[in-house]
Amino acid sequence: MTIETATPANSRVIGSGSSPMSRIPWTLIVFVVACTVPWLGSRYNTFLAEQIAIDALFAVSLNLLLGTTGLVSFGHVAYFGVGAYVCGILMKTYDLPFIIAFPAAGLGAGLFALVSGFFCVRLIKLYFAMLTLAFSQIIWAIAYKWNDVTGGDQGLPDVPFPNLDWMTAIPGLGSLKTSDQFYLLTIVLIAVSLAVLHRVVRSPFGRVLTTIRDNPERAAFIGVNVRAYQLAAFVVAGTFAGFAGALYGIFSRGVFADYVFWSKSAEVMIMTILGGMDYFWGPPVGALAIVWLNQEVTDYTEYWPFVLGVILLVLLFVFPGGIVGGLDLLWKRARGWHRA
Amino acid sequence: MAPSFLFSQFMGGLTTAMFLFLIASGLSLVFGIMRVINFAHGSFYMIGAYLAWQMVQWVHPAGAGFWIAALFAASGVAVMGAVIERLFFRSLYGREELYQLLFTYALVLILGDAAKFVWGTQQLSVSTPPVLAGSVQIFGSTQPLYSLFMIALGPAIAFGGWLVLNRSGVGRMVRAAQMDREMLDALGANVGTIYTGMFVFSSFLAGLSGALVTPIQSIVPGMDVLIIVQAFIVVVIGGMGSFWGTFWGSVIYGEVLSFGILIFPGFSLFSVFALMAVILIVRPWGLFGRPL
Amino acid sequence: MLEVAGLSKSFAGFRAVSDVSLTVETQQIAAVIGPNGAGKSTLFNLITGHLQPDSGTVRLDGRDITGAAPYRICGMGIGRSFQRTNIFSRLTVFENLQAAYLVHHGRGLDFWSRAESFYRDETAALLASIGLQGQENAVAGTLSYGNQKQLELGLALASDPAMLLLDEPTAGMSATETHDTIRLIEKIAGERALTLLFTEHDMDVVFSIAQKIAVLHQGQVIADGAPAEVRADPTVRRVYLGEH
Repeated sequence: MTIETATPANSRVIGSGSSPMSRIPWTLIVFVVACTVPWLGSRYNTFLAEQIAIDALFAVSLNLLLGTTGLVSFGHVAYFGVGAYVCGILMKTYDLPFIIAFPAAGLGAGLFALVSGFFCVRLIKLYFAMLTLAFSQIIWAIAYKWNDVTGGDQGLPDVPFPNLDWMTAIPGLGSLKTSDQFYLLTIVLIAVSLAVLHRVVRSPFGRVLTTIRDNPERAAFIGVNVRAYQLAAFVVAGTFAGFAGALYGIFSRGVFADYVFWSKSAEVMIMTILGGMDYFWGPPVGALAIVWLNQEVTDYTEYWPFVLGVILLVLLFVFPGGIVGGLDLLWKRARGWHRA
Repeated sequence: MAPSFLFSQFMGGLTTAMFLFLIASGLSLVFGIMRVINFAHGSFYMIGAYLAWQMVQWVHPAGAGFWIAALFAASGVAVMGAVIERLFFRSLYGREELYQLLFTYALVLILGDAAKFVWGTQQLSVSTPPVLAGSVQIFGSTQPLYSLFMIALGPAIAFGGWLVLNRSGVGRMVRAAQMDREMLDALGANVGTIYTGMFVFSSFLAGLSGALVTPIQSIVPGMDVLIIVQAFIVVVIGGMGSFWGTFWGSVIYGEVLSFGILIFPGFSLFSVFALMAVILIVRPWGLFGRPL
Repeated sequence: MLEVAGLSKSFAGFRAVSDVSLTVETQQIAAVIGPNGAGKSTLFNLITGHLQPDSGTVRLDGRDITGAAPYRICGMGIGRSFQRTNIFSRLTVFENLQAAYLVHHGRGLDFWSRAESFYRDETAALLASIGLQGQENAVAGTLSYGNQKQLELGLALASDPAMLLLDEPTAGMSATETHDTIRLIEKIAGERALTLLFTEHDMDVVFSIAQKIAVLHQGQVIADGAPAEVRADPTVRRVYLGEH
């Protein structure tokens, strides 16, 4: 379904190889630029950048399943939601510090991924997708109804910012607003998470996952316990989705049940595929595109779903490799490469 | 609990069930033949409802007018289905199922907003056709005639569908397509036409159910999403692609919902998904389905 | 080395494999032949754990491996190639083989190192021995049919098996390709002291290298022995009359 290229399967970067393009540390540049946003732009830009960063992590975690392992999950938002609620509840209801709540969010999401994943990986493609959806709606139903713990349909408004006083010790950061300080913390945490995920994808474990994606039967017959690996991927993906959710809860100053509705799973999947699921940095590009477009479009019209639908159609019929896929193709054409 | 109350609940569940059956049968059919879950099925249903309302507005029918409006709505949706299948769906057949699913989701997004654009966001309704406007007393409970009509319609369609599927030439082709499309293709049957035909028929059913629901439910944005989730659960319980599975799945769903609410008010939301999860874990192909 | 005893499997009333018994000695080259539908692939699937037998046992060096999961059987030293080429189509040739080495050496749970740095020499050596040198960076799905079959063989060999099960290794090949493939298989089997069990349609191939032949017909073994015996067996000749 995608373009065949001759670069390593699970770590494609545009222009990878010994070209001058690949020597430029793109990710470092993006990270530095992201860090300077609170000083550069308006509050609006900081808001956008934070949204994009969080969605980027969420989408990359999904792509560990979708693009690397070949698992189509329609319920990934469940882990995002569990992370958001765990962190929000621990910080708001139990007054625990961020340094406990944040890891706990990942742990909680990972545990739920372990339990749900155990049942899901036993099923073939279609039923797998349906069960992931069922589990995600169960989480939604719990979030919506368990008034005592999750706030029910009212949710958990006013999740507090973590205690960021320690930031004032770092030169230049003391003068920032709390929300901007949290922004920087978010960017750093997400950068670290993405770095870890990148490592995982390029590791032997990641390589085994791609064999499962390409040919599960064959993978079994080179000695791979397919279900165990799929479950492991599921747990890793769920954990990082949980981290994204935890950050989102604080960022949006509240955790609400509609964060966990299945349409969010569809949205993150669209981001992932729009960016390009064959590329590690595809999903973040997709997140950037969708978040930015969403903001632009909703300024003019309320018909964002329509626009999203059209984008999806264009993606499906014209650019199945996504944005990064399309760029990669252009790059190769420009360099005169011929596909084997 | 008075027997008449229980009976009332039972009938209520049955009405929901039969009405869901009408919708879910189209979904199940498309899945059985084309192996694709059409998320846009709920959108077709919604468009059917809106078209029926529109027709009633234009023609101000009295008496038989409602039925004409319903037929008009169903046909309109069928045509829409034909166009979508021919123009878009066709080119996705060889591709990954994920792409087909995403396509139907794109349709949900587009059709949802299109309906909003044309008909706005307020609730619309259609009055019950006079011939079915009354009610009767059965076992001490009041049953609206229209509900009884819906309850009868379900089994009628089930029986009719079963006859066609099992006794006619067309039905044989459809069942063959369900079992082995490549073989059918090799035999020279025009698989493409069968697919289009099935998709159109399924759209017709969706549009018809949308039209027929208008006397009992108001037409609102979001009804597409609401119904597709329920239809989905029904088809999972009964078994994707199985006609009788869809029928009994609908009955189970309708009655569980109806009586479950009595036992445990927060029941419905959580439990239907839990039920779906349990079925998928224990017997993924549903009560009447066949292992893929 | 491999002992199959009384293996049976039915599908919805159809007896695909019926009370099949077979023994392959260590370092022997054995073949299973039979007309289409005789049950050869089913037999292989039963041995390698892809299917659960209704009855019977499979023993490897005395160990009971009946119905064990495929990934475990692979770990016990059986390599397999499949009839329809079964490779990792989106990985390069190099990555295909390297992945097999990674798993075989237990590196699959390494979350941290870079995958491409491991087993490069072994992979290159294996590539050369199966005749795919120069194709390291070709994406497996774009290879020619013959090359894919070679890769298939390479994947089976990467797990350092003691025994190879090859399901129609020369299917779809021209006469030259067949000849080359058989010579390659013989050479590798000799170099690595492998036990070989293969199925084939091409009788020339079978009679040229097999030391022992079992004939399957409608799920049952109708003859079993040295090539000359099998060739002369009247039942076998009757079954193959009109086929060969």
